[in-house]
Amino acid sequence: MVDLSINCGGIKSPNPFWLASAPPTNSAYQNCKAFELGWGGVVWKTLSHPIMNVASRLGGFDYSGQKLAGLNNIELTTDRSLEINLKEIKETKKLWPDRAIIVSLMVESKRETWHDFVKKAIDTGADGLELNYGCPHGMSERGMGAAVGQVPEYCQMITEWVTEVSTIPVLVKLTPNVTNIQIPARAAQTAKAQGVSLINTINSIVGIDLDTLRIMPNITGKGGHGGFAGPAVKPIALHMVSQVATDPEFHLAISGIGGISTWKDTLEFILLGASSVQVCTAVMHHGFRIVQDMTDGLTNWMISKGYNNLDQLRGKSLTGIDSFGNLNLLYKAVARIDQSKCIHCNLCYIACEDGAHQCIELTPEDGHNKTVIREVDCVGCNLCSIVCPVPECISMVRMDDGSQEKTWNDLVQDFKEESRELTWENLAEFQKKNGIVIH
Amino acid sequence: MKNIVSKLTLEQYEKNFQELHPPLSYGSAKAESSRCLYCYDSPCMKACPTHIDISEFIKKISTDNLLGSAKTILKSNWVALTCAKACPVAVLCEGACVLNEKGDKPIEIGRLQRYVIDNYFSLGMPALFSKKPSNGKKVAIIGSGPSGLSCGAELALLGYNVTIFEQSETPGGLNTWGIAPYKMRKQDALNEVELVKNFGVNIKTGVGVGTDIPFNELYKNFDAVFLGIGLGESHALSVNGEELPGVISALDFIEQVKTEDWSSVPVGKRVAIIGAGNTSIDAATEAKRLGAEEVIVIYRRSSQDMSAYNFEFNLAKKDGIIFHFLTAPEKIVGKKFVEGIECIRMEPGKPDSKGKRSVLPVPGTEFIIPVDMVIKAIGQEAQNDFISTIPDVKFVGRKIQINSDTYQTGNPKVFAGGDCINGGKEVVNAAYDGKMAAYGIDKFLGK
Ligand SMILES: Cc1cc2nc3c(=O)[nH]c(=O)nc-3n(C[C@H](O)[C@H](O)[C@H](O)COP(=O)(O)OP(=O)(O)OC[C@H]3O[C@@H](n4cnc5c(N)ncnc54)[C@H](O)[C@@H]3O)c2cc1C
Ligand SMILES: Cc1cc2nc3c(=O)[nH]c(=O)nc-3n(C[C@H](O)[C@H](O)[C@H](O)COP(=O)(O)O)c2cc1C
Repeated sequence: MVDLSINCGGIKSPNPFWLASAPPTNSAYQNCKAFELGWGGVVWKTLSHPIMNVASRLGGFDYSGQKLAGLNNIELTTDRSLEINLKEIKETKKLWPDRAIIVSLMVESKRETWHDFVKKAIDTGADGLELNYGCPHGMSERGMGAAVGQVPEYCQMITEWVTEVSTIPVLVKLTPNVTNIQIPARAAQTAKAQGVSLINTINSIVGIDLDTLRIMPNITGKGGHGGFAGPAVKPIALHMVSQVATDPEFHLAISGIGGISTWKDTLEFILLGASSVQVCTAVMHHGFRIVQDMTDGLTNWMISKGYNNLDQLRGKSLTGIDSFGNLNLLYKAVARIDQSKCIHCNLCYIACEDGAHQCIELTPEDGHNKTVIREVDCVGCNLCSIVCPVPECISMVRMDDGSQEKTWNDLVQDFKEESRELTWENLAEFQKKNGIVIH
Repeated sequence: MKNIVSKLTLEQYEKNFQELHPPLSYGSAKAESSRCLYCYDSPCMKACPTHIDISEFIKKISTDNLLGSAKTILKSNWVALTCAKACPVAVLCEGACVLNEKGDKPIEIGRLQRYVIDNYFSLGMPALFSKKPSNGKKVAIIGSGPSGLSCGAELALLGYNVTIFEQSETPGGLNTWGIAPYKMRKQDALNEVELVKNFGVNIKTGVGVGTDIPFNELYKNFDAVFLGIGLGESHALSVNGEELPGVISALDFIEQVKTEDWSSVPVGKRVAIIGAGNTSIDAATEAKRLGAEEVIVIYRRSSQDMSAYNFEFNLAKKDGIIFHFLTAPEKIVGKKFVEGIECIRMEPGKPDSKGKRSVLPVPGTEFIIPVDMVIKAIGQEAQNDFISTIPDVKFVGRKIQINSDTYQTGNPKVFAGGDCINGGKEVVNAAYDGKMAAYGIDKFLGK
């Protein structure tokens, strides 16, 4: 049996799939429907002070015919009253005792006001709090959201105001719009939070209407930067999660967010250290129903690989992350084309020729071009195998026998010990000795 | 004719002749263009006889650069709309699409090309090409089919003064008068004629060379002459009863259909088509669409030997056309009009040197198929009578002999292209020939 249940900083849920604080978690109606379809938890749409939204608040980023590779928004926190939200949270929690309900909060920077919000949120019976220091637009102009998340001292101070009164776990939601995400994460830890959620949205302008020359989305001629989310941000989010997870000074739970739409994405976040994941854009695109594939896709994968709980997987890929200086310079790989699979699109050729190292040749054969790798010149960069549209047609084959290893750091050390300078000539000597050809 | 099909309603005709490949919407064109891999040195481009840079024009659709896309297409092919709608893409560009090898559906290149050209025409054909200044030289083109039009367009851009002589009152050649209406309508071809006229090409319609004016007049007054005359009359069956009312040649029948005045085209209830080439299929499916109850294709060889494309054969089968293979017509029977066709069974003999098997009649197997109409579709004659009046132009069988680089005939001032040099291929071949002949003429006159 596979057990998908998780515990994220003390917040438990029957599976790792949570809805991120956003339009899908606006109301009791939506959250109940989500639970019915199988979501393990929801982070309620951020409660805050009175606000008003504008019409036209979303912008889609399409790529190559694919809708919503990314989603840009200038939506603010909830535009429904605090009272209604609190009432609905309470009712929902009663109906769904086994699911996680986390209340997201964004409050003006006054200690008493925070205390007030925290107490009211706890009174609903919610399982946890999430402090939204992330919204990059609108609220930050009013000194909240990213305006807090970008200043570690504020982040710590406000989190302390919360943790000093909270009786339930507190997650701090981090903004990615910083130079080093580890710093605000550490601030949350110092302030005794139980975990961090990341990432919130990335500052963005999604595009310009080439007829009106106005940025999108557009409100009677004007627009502003928004927050970017969706599949396009996933690699950035994965990196930031790994940065926090590999920080030796950090040891809180992580809720991973950013571009998650499938069980595969979920696994990647978990493998880099997340305990739960949160989803927004994918649900805004396709609805709550996506959780069904996420759940059984994840279960099936775990069965096929012999895992029975998520603890066995959490952070498992972190050990493979290292700095460039520790990567083996003597690993040699070259591209191999399986001619029986080649469809003769010649995309590998033009990519290598114009965009890399000119080591693929086009040889006319049977009325089409045969693509042939000149292995001696191949630097093993992967480009051809990445652009090839046919699965398993181009593979990268290891050429060294694995008996030797030398990292950049080793090399620098060697040079130091031999009292040699790190010059191009000395490097060339090393390369020559090891059969490394540079073009 | 006895047993003429009663008229259908206008809506019914329109429905029967509706397009086989409807236009793509903006969204579907974008989606389809995004599916294209943008191959480098792409096989589809090589498979296109006019070598349109297909991945380039498709890329431009995906970026909403539709005018740029039109230019990419047109610079290789001046009858790109006809080709988009009527080319046998399954054996050309789409057949070569690398996605086939991948096991995916090939890109719908024909429909994408149509999308671009439809858009270009709907914008009123904004100028995309600049003409070289006039060089004072005059070229006469005989025939306004695709070969003549391409040759004319290309020469006009090169700075020549071009006049096309067309015997028909309506220009366009078989693009106007031959291609099945469910592929393209007459107006499509006429729009392409307009495009060429816009380059300053002068088209004189209703002027048959050799009939209305002597060839010599052109020969004397012009610096070069291009023959884009296509083929001639349909071959005769040479059987008894061929003169009976109700017997018609495929081309005459198809031409009537192409007037798009469908209710005035007489069709029998039961129709026999003799021959199994692409023209036969067209005649058969068109007869069916006009309301014929039973349409039978009679072919003396086996199904493997027929020259019709597979997709055309499938279309006919889908239309409920009946095929009698290894069956040869012996005579057309009937007193005052066609009442039936007497056939004999054939059996395959030994293959000849080219692998085509001869067929021999099986004595005693004669039988009569009752029909009201017989359409002859066993190929077209060459215009050899006319061609033989032109000094030094040689032909072998149905093909005028040319230099394959310059398209020059045995007479240095006379060039030729299209069906009259290849014995009858596709529009796209004629389009390429016309363009290449223009370069040949330019080389000849430019020296
Ligand atoms: C029924 C039918 C259906 C076809 N369907 C398709 C199809 O779906 N797709 C495809 O790609 N191809 C198709 N083809 C083939 C295609 O139409 C031809 O290959 C193409 O039109 C040849 O072009 P051309 O310029 O050589 O000749 P044509 O198109 O035949 O044009 C020749 C022109 O020259 C004129 N002419 C001839 N002699 C003289 C003269 N002495 N003086 C003045 N004018 C003259 C004629 O009136 C005619 O307008 C079809 C052909 C037929 C018969
Ligand atoms: C329209 C919209 C509104 C959002 N509102 C909030 C919000 O009120 N509070 C919050 O913490 N995050 C908010 N977010 C950010 C999401 O919770 C999430 O962090 C982000 O969208 C990244 O996840 P995704 O790639 O799955 O969309 C919002 C996102 C969108 C698209």
